[in-house]
Amino acid sequence: MKISKEEVLHVAKLARLKLSDAEAEALSKDMESIIGFANKLNELDTEGIVPTAHAIPMSNAFREDVVKPSYDREEMLKNAPSAEDGGYTVPKVVE
Amino acid sequence: MHTWTAHEIRDKIKNKEISSKEITKAFLDRIDQVEDKVESYVTVLPEEAMAAAEAVDKKIAAGEPVGDLAGVPMALKDNLCTKDVLTTCSSKMLHNFRPPYDSTVAQKLKEADTVLLGKLNMDEFAMGSSTETSYFKKTKNPYDLTKVPGGSSGGSAACVAADEAAFTLGSDTGGSIRQPAALCGCVGMKPTYGTVSRFGLVAFASSLDQIGPLAKDVRDCAIVYDKIVGYDAMDSTSVKREYESFEAALTGDVKGLKIGVPAEYIGEGIDANVQKAVYAALDSFKSMGAEYADMHLPLNEYALPAYYMISSAEASSNLARFDGVKYGFRAEKFEDLIDLYAQTRSEGFGAEVKRRIMIGTYALSSGYYDAYYKKAQQVRTMIMQDFDKAFKTYDVLVTPTTPTTAFGLGEKTDDPLQMYMADICTVSVNIGGLPAVVLPCGYDANGLPIGLQIIGKPFGEAAILNAAYALEKTISKQKPAL
Amino acid sequence: MKYETVIGLEVHAELKTNTKIYCGCKNEFGGEPNTHTCPICSGMPGTLPVLNKKVVDYAIKAGLAMNCSITRYGKQDRKNYFYPDLPKAYQISQFDLPLCQNGYIDILVEGETKRIGITRIHIEEDAGKLVHDDYGNSSMADYNRCGVPLIEIVTEPDLRSPEEARVFLETLKSILEYTEVSDCKMQEGSLRCDVNLSLRPEGQEEYGTRCEMKNINSFRAAVRSMEYEQRRQAEVLDDGGVVDQETRRWDDVKGISTVMRTKEDAHDYRYFPEPDLLPIVVSDEWVEEIRSSIPELPDQRRARYVEEYGLPEYDAFILTSSKKTADYFDATVSLGAAPKTVSNWLMGDIAKLVNEREGEPGDIPFEPAHLKALIDLIEKGTISNSAAKKVLAALFENPEEPAKIVEKLGLSQVSDEGALMQMVQEVMAQNPQSVADYKAGKDKAMGFLVGQIMRVSKGKANPQVINKLLKEALDQA
Repeated sequence: MKISKEEVLHVAKLARLKLSDAEAEALSKDMESIIGFANKLNELDTEGIVPTAHAIPMSNAFREDVVKPSYDREEMLKNAPSAEDGGYTVPKVVE
Repeated sequence: MHTWTAHEIRDKIKNKEISSKEITKAFLDRIDQVEDKVESYVTVLPEEAMAAAEAVDKKIAAGEPVGDLAGVPMALKDNLCTKDVLTTCSSKMLHNFRPPYDSTVAQKLKEADTVLLGKLNMDEFAMGSSTETSYFKKTKNPYDLTKVPGGSSGGSAACVAADEAAFTLGSDTGGSIRQPAALCGCVGMKPTYGTVSRFGLVAFASSLDQIGPLAKDVRDCAIVYDKIVGYDAMDSTSVKREYESFEAALTGDVKGLKIGVPAEYIGEGIDANVQKAVYAALDSFKSMGAEYADMHLPLNEYALPAYYMISSAEASSNLARFDGVKYGFRAEKFEDLIDLYAQTRSEGFGAEVKRRIMIGTYALSSGYYDAYYKKAQQVRTMIMQDFDKAFKTYDVLVTPTTPTTAFGLGEKTDDPLQMYMADICTVSVNIGGLPAVVLPCGYDANGLPIGLQIIGKPFGEAAILNAAYALEKTISKQKPAL
Repeated sequence: MKYETVIGLEVHAELKTNTKIYCGCKNEFGGEPNTHTCPICSGMPGTLPVLNKKVVDYAIKAGLAMNCSITRYGKQDRKNYFYPDLPKAYQISQFDLPLCQNGYIDILVEGETKRIGITRIHIEEDAGKLVHDDYGNSSMADYNRCGVPLIEIVTEPDLRSPEEARVFLETLKSILEYTEVSDCKMQEGSLRCDVNLSLRPEGQEEYGTRCEMKNINSFRAAVRSMEYEQRRQAEVLDDGGVVDQETRRWDDVKGISTVMRTKEDAHDYRYFPEPDLLPIVVSDEWVEEIRSSIPELPDQRRARYVEEYGLPEYDAFILTSSKKTADYFDATVSLGAAPKTVSNWLMGDIAKLVNEREGEPGDIPFEPAHLKALIDLIEKGTISNSAAKKVLAALFENPEEPAKIVEKLGLSQVSDEGALMQMVQEVMAQNPQSVADYKAGKDKAMGFLVGQIMRVSKGKANPQVINKLLKEALDQA
């Protein structure tokens, strides 16, 4: 199992992580060994086996369409690192 | 006083032999006395705890109705949201986070009139098996301060073992209650998936996470579970079901109980002392009228890789919300939005968390989903079929909890895979959504506790708690010397 | 070279539920930033989603109205990406098991019915809003819209021109309105669409490379963006170039689109089953219950208008394409007004005034009874057609009894033959030459004399009565 530094950096980009060279190299090794370990799963023939998302089989957990009071805006924003005029502020987004 | 069990404290308060203030003060004193050595707490709440204790005492004095655990001092793992009280997940990322809401379990324990002493240290975002990935501190094993308490609920286990609270709650995704409970000589239970609401538990791996109690004895474990179990409309994965009292189910009668002993959990890789202690416990069961037999769960070796794929994939998504915008840590310097995300997440998360996010992101990324995540979910189906078959013959399964007793601080931090092996006996239980209770069944030559695991059928908590209750009577427990 | 255009649409419609899809916050447009939020829709740690049953009901209802088969075992999935309007950094959507699949909508193009395939309809949550102005180097995130329930309707690439796409969108909108699952208010963004467009040389079977266009905020913008994209791709191909598969952003002010993302930086959304939610299992009983709640749909209503009222196909189509308009039509007709007369008013002057006021079709501020009264006033000869238009304008300003408006504005016609006869004789006496011209066979002179009488009456003379009286007087003269 080979996971190149480029692959590591691509995955880091997807995950919005900034890695130093040393971190990227260490992660490349760790991921090789952990993903290599996961390849053990290929020993099992899973053809036709239905994947299980939840161990306890259940379905249809619904909520009735009834309004509950929203939270105070101040309560919601008090943990925000940066807020203005009742909103969370971030560096200007241009898309 | 701090050595009393929760049910003793409950009864003494009810009988007005002692006030909640007195017992709360005793625990706060105990924390003052040993916390420097054990370091199980991230946050201690002395004023709040005394105020809560006083409120309970007043209610009792006024003859008002009180909750079932009125006045009992306890503490919560720091990934359980507590309204206006720091909830850090032992991460720099949430070092300053005060949720504007209570988790359902915190709410239920409030309604039971317990007293919250503080919040407990853990592996960062519950990722780890030694509590060494905490951003804040390294919790020590009260039995040997050079050893780890296990993890990720290491603070919850060490706190109980060091008598710094009457009981605690932890969370268990792959063994995070049971492994530290075993290493610290406590009783800990991971309940059936869906029996305890996950609302307000900061998610690690949503399909595996469960909250459960860590306690000084089996009865305490049962009385706490009695209070936190139950359907919650706020959690879609919560099971709609009525529950009888689990405390009332503790008869100690195990006559005719059929115990399976899966060879894959007790053979190679398991320390000889651990094996010996487990078999001694099995003989005790036999002498009480139960029967046991060796059997096989051949797919166990696939549980760990399946677990790492499923849990890391879910974690990579669950932890994406920590981006420096809404709460918690935000990097000081950044160039633009993308950089704000990347800097915040790189500085805010520790190495183990980043490792899991990377593995999970990789496993879900284009072209790999079928090979890793879907494959793991299919293997999950097969492992569950294995368990189903076993429970057609056996009432419960008995295994060791950990391959060895507590290992040294720093001993496994360099090799993630070796650290993951600490969960080899516990992860399959989460994969199957099953309940399992852990209790001390002996001590090694250095006096370190050995934990025995009893695994039950789905919703079989009464059976495993009762088996544990029976066995507990045959074990002479040793307290740590602190 | 001649090209054939191939278009597929992805339409997002906000559902008209009381609450959001996964929490009890109000589903309401606007409001001060972050006043309709809670820890769940703001993605706070430890919070969990619980699905609003009504969202499933509405999606199935829309699916049935679009002839889809309903998925009996559905699930929800996470679509992972980072953006400040998405607080959890994933959108809960449906990936491989959408609630509805394989449906169709019939549209009327140039008098012909054409069937457009619906690939799928799935449920998902809306994202919040980013406000860019007024914050200097920052943008501000407002999560009021986070968790507003949406259905995404994906069509087959069956549309062959921007005009077809426009008709499809109008028809789709009317179905959503009829089933009452969405308000379809374009201005509030409750109906939005992305366009996929490609060209292929006429006669070629294989599809060309397609581009996706985003940021389309009105049907008009959709049509313009498609026309632009048709031209752009044709130019590229005519120059011997190749169309790149990319996502483009439509700028409605400039009337152009620009590249937003190339194929290389396409997102890797890492879809996986949402572990915090359970599968959606839909029983036959549930489907039938919803089916029985579906009202008369536009094409059924259209057929009824033609059969029952004898309306031209065109009228029936226009009226029924807006549920509000059709409801208004039905209400007015049920009061006894002649269907074709009501239809003329609704499609003509009323539609024009609604449009001028930037309302949605059928946003009529006065009661059907008012329209009926107005029509009666014309038929009785109390007011002229031109006076009626004034009354109508007044009704839009201040809805009240048309007779009162007529009185206030002094618009009633003089139909009293005695009074009118006096005016006729007066005008004939003043214009002997015209009378003579008429007698000499110049019919035009009659028109001049009518005009003079109308002038004398200050426009209030009933033209029909004038015509009759004048003709009699002239013939006798």
